[in-house]
Amino acid sequence: MAFTFSPLSEQALVIETGAIINKESEQAVRKLSALLEKEAPEWLIEFIPAFTTVTVFYDPCQLKQAEVEQELKSLMAQMDEVEAPAPRQIEIPVCYGGDFGPDLCFVAEHNGLTEEEVIAIHTSGIYSVHMIGFAPGFPFIGGMSEKIAAPRRKSPRLRIPERTVGIAGMQTGVYPIETPGGWQLIGRTPLRLFVPDQDIPSLLRAGDEIRFTQIDEAEYREQEAKQDADHS
Amino acid sequence: MLTIRKSGLQTAVQDLGRTGFQRYGVIASGVMDPFAHRIANLLAGNAETAATLEIALSGPVIEFEADHFIAICGGDLSPSLDGEPLTMWRGHFVRKGSVLSFGEPKRGARSYVAVAGSFDIPVVMDSQSTYLRAGIGGFKGRALKNGDSLQTRPLPAGRLEALKNQNAQAPDWLIPPARYHEQPIVRMMPGRQFTLFNEESRTRIFEETFTISASSDRMGYRLEGAELALEKQEELISEAVAFGSVQVPADGNPIVLLADRQTTGGYPKIGQIASVDLPLISQLKPGESLKFRHISVHDAQQLYIEQEQQIRQLKIAIQMKREEWT
Repeated sequence: MAFTFSPLSEQALVIETGAIINKESEQAVRKLSALLEKEAPEWLIEFIPAFTTVTVFYDPCQLKQAEVEQELKSLMAQMDEVEAPAPRQIEIPVCYGGDFGPDLCFVAEHNGLTEEEVIAIHTSGIYSVHMIGFAPGFPFIGGMSEKIAAPRRKSPRLRIPERTVGIAGMQTGVYPIETPGGWQLIGRTPLRLFVPDQDIPSLLRAGDEIRFTQIDEAEYREQEAKQDADHS
Repeated sequence: MLTIRKSGLQTAVQDLGRTGFQRYGVIASGVMDPFAHRIANLLAGNAETAATLEIALSGPVIEFEADHFIAICGGDLSPSLDGEPLTMWRGHFVRKGSVLSFGEPKRGARSYVAVAGSFDIPVVMDSQSTYLRAGIGGFKGRALKNGDSLQTRPLPAGRLEALKNQNAQAPDWLIPPARYHEQPIVRMMPGRQFTLFNEESRTRIFEETFTISASSDRMGYRLEGAELALEKQEELISEAVAFGSVQVPADGNPIVLLADRQTTGGYPKIGQIASVDLPLISQLKPGESLKFRHISVHDAQQLYIEQEQQIRQLKIAIQMKREEWT
């Protein structure tokens, strides 16, 4: 596969692994990320993987763009020997509806379903995490059934509480921190997706397979208290 | 120790930002004007990477609860000590009980107060920068409020006295202040999606005058001046953005991404501001304006290298002055 290189800035170079999102381009991003983590070249300041790109940041006082490209090319000769980390299976418990998911009824009505049917469809899928970005620990998740797709709200909410699970178009996601947003909110998870006290401050990683499971409010409270105690 | 008597518009602890965690979605944060921050630290005898107080537009009132040595660089927000105007871009010894306050913003939008020893606050993910939205870093994860007390790290024995004596011997010596223009020309490289824009947009971005809109903050500045459009509408795949990326959402008004930018974005990027010119834009206030001028990646790297050399020379000059006085 031919990778392309182009500058994001005078201190950052983008490696594109493909023009579209597919297994190959995503797998290449994961392999390249694994390689950069393992080899950690001295000139590398940091890198940001996305769907089909890995962006590397460097110091032009140490080396110029052409040299960074050369360094990367010789590093990438090892790509075939690197294994992308095996996908992990992670369960995300969700307390659906009520105060936690004020838009569950909208999503149901919009699709001509009952709330129970929306929950059944949301919990039956196997989803994959394409990338982490936008907010700390925020996963871009693919694999939602179009039967429960719903448009964004016309006027965004100013505050969506952390850990809220939502739907926007064909996507589903979880807000790791309180933020404004236009997603339809269907429930809340007691899990913390952003864990600043951990070496890797994101619960999820690109490549993870996730499933949503339904819990009731009592279970939610219990698990939330445990999470908060573990990370306080 | 410093006590905040009045917090001002937004006063928060920042350093050069959180490096290495953007791949987990954690934003970089850090100072808006890295040049002014680094020089303030050097003048206060700190490492360039130490945390300073970033002060925006309407400054705070700060009481020093002990003798300290400080330096203020950046935009001119009319600092004064016990009512007497305080010269920026040089070090000052401040006596216990002195009060630092700010007046009218004369030029620029942000000032940096460096205190010798810097602040004794926790390091979160390798940085002391305040990440307001996540409530981490800095002082308790938030901007400073009235009554907050900031501890400083102890200085080696005799250091404060030495800084004080050195400074008294050269009252007129200061670093040439950075020039913040009212309507700067900001050099910009073509962005990753530059060629996807229509011809009119590619021309106008370098010709029009853009004004900073009122809905601008540390995350980004929204610009008004010309509505830019792609040759044909298309959905882009989200990818990394950087400090100074100029992205264009569907409404056509460009947004310059700044210190508190998200790690990734899906809007097309028409440009990328040369890092040496970032302070010019960070120091603009809403309502002020700017023009963009084209620069190549090669030339932007050259300017960056020259500026780093200049900072190294300033560092040496400050050290030599100190030795001369000792």
